[in-house]
Amino acid sequence: MTTAALSSNPAPAILPGSGGLRGALSDLFWRKPKVLLLLMLLPPVLWLGIVYIGSLFALLAQSFFSIDEFSGLINREFTLKTYGDLFQAANLDIILRTVTMAALVTLASAVIAFPIAYYAARYARGRWKALFYLGIMLPLWSSYLVKIYAWKLILAKEGILTWLLAKLHLLWVLDAWLSLPIVGGNSLSVSFTGTFIVFVYVWLPFMILPVQAALERVPGNLVEASSDLGASPGQTFRNVLFPLALPGIVAGSIFTFSLTLGDYIIPQIIGTSRLFIGQAVYSQQGTAGNIPLAAAFTVVPIVIMGFYLWGAKRMGAFDAL
Amino acid sequence: MRSDGSQSAPLGLKIAAACGLLFLHLPILLIFVYAFTTEEKSFVWPPPGLTTQWFAVTWNRPDVWQALSLSVRVAAISTAIALVLGTLCSAAVSRTKFFGRETISLLVILPIALPGIITGIALRSAFSLADIPFSFWTIVLGHATFCVVVVYNNAVARFRRTSGSMIEASMDLGADGFQTFRHVVLPNIATALLAGGMLAFALSFDEVIVTTFTAGQQQTLPIWMLEELIRPRQRPVTNVVAMVVVLVTLLPILAAYYLTRDGDQIAGSGK
Repeated sequence: MTTAALSSNPAPAILPGSGGLRGALSDLFWRKPKVLLLLMLLPPVLWLGIVYIGSLFALLAQSFFSIDEFSGLINREFTLKTYGDLFQAANLDIILRTVTMAALVTLASAVIAFPIAYYAARYARGRWKALFYLGIMLPLWSSYLVKIYAWKLILAKEGILTWLLAKLHLLWVLDAWLSLPIVGGNSLSVSFTGTFIVFVYVWLPFMILPVQAALERVPGNLVEASSDLGASPGQTFRNVLFPLALPGIVAGSIFTFSLTLGDYIIPQIIGTSRLFIGQAVYSQQGTAGNIPLAAAFTVVPIVIMGFYLWGAKRMGAFDAL
Repeated sequence: MRSDGSQSAPLGLKIAAACGLLFLHLPILLIFVYAFTTEEKSFVWPPPGLTTQWFAVTWNRPDVWQALSLSVRVAAISTAIALVLGTLCSAAVSRTKFFGRETISLLVILPIALPGIITGIALRSAFSLADIPFSFWTIVLGHATFCVVVVYNNAVARFRRTSGSMIEASMDLGADGFQTFRHVVLPNIATALLAGGMLAFALSFDEVIVTTFTAGQQQTLPIWMLEELIRPRQRPVTNVVAMVVVLVTLLPILAAYYLTRDGDQIAGSGK
């Protein structure tokens, strides 16, 4: 009887296709996942491909054009002349100055970031851990311009730093520093020292986060084993901690280095009148109207970062990101 | 470094870490004091007196309101575009393995990995080659491009923790693809998307480098601030605006943190 009932009214092994356009689409996506994948990928890839990659190629193409020195018009013919202009003494100076600044900023960020990252990774627990996390995240996400503005307030001649040093009777230190060539100036807010401090301040969180991530992966018993075997804290740091944290430091340095290379706002607001790469790009494309030279200038940080990333990859820095 | 299990840090490390955190926070706190100073012409410290009159002055400045409104509109639309593109991309990348998957991740991250000035001047030269005039939409185009990565990072982290078998179970129980998306996928990724969206909003609201290249004559709030920094007109108004900007960006960051803190991957670590 039951077999008869079953055979007379067989349950469908496969559900019937649902009706309507919506059902048909849903069935199609189920049967052919590749169609769904393609539909999902198409909008973002088209957007990024056309808007971003397209623009990058437009920029690259412009760097092979040249500017007619008499009419100021852009000559749209292939030439390497613009790249040759990069090697004029003034332009080489700009590149060298920017790379030196980027290297110093990276070094200082690493030194300041390490204790914060180490404490957060090894000693902070529970509520303190959350506090450290927010303590790094909030300055990272605070408005970039407001941070620069805050330093304009601090470094101004009549500002809080001068006041503090005066109270401590240490003004002579500041005056001695400002009278030095290159790093000095009329006041800190118009000197390379000021530019340097602000760069370090603004990019510091970008260094802390990867170093902390790398340190969190160091097992605590490695450090203990090292001291059990008789190493002093200094030796443990040099031979155990530092080599293990190095990929994190390199990962962080990618950010501090690259961001310093491309920035044009910080040296414009706090610094001397001598240009950095970013400012050179900005003034070439703006007031000078020399877009080919501006484009060639932007290739410099791209090439430097290309080599940098290549080296960082060999050191395994990407695992620490 | 004793092995008796005590977790107390060496004093030197404590001091260095505390100094580092103070270095990160004191400058921002200073902004709050300067918003109340009575001094108009210079950045003199300590402030000669305290007043709240500059809040009223700022409130009645039409240029500030215009800049704020443009910034909010740009950020809202860029965030919406970034949400759609970022979610689609993360869903595709995390659900299936396909040829060129790494390239797609790189493509998403590139606009934020390269210095902003390169993105900015690249967009500008593309606009000039294609004869596109500057408008509201040229700003949005730039912002949406680098906001995708924030949404993408958050959504990918969440997809990684969401088991794919739930989707299969939903389909086995007879739900069609759209029902599965609406009732199974969306509730699972909703808080990650919200967090990503807030971070994208904060990123766009604050962005200045790319915007200087794509804005033409219009002023977003950061562009307004930049103008004030280069050619100060009324310093007290800038002080007040700076303080408000700090408060406005603080809220989405805190919200994004609380929305995603249960996971191992927390929003915002990759600005």
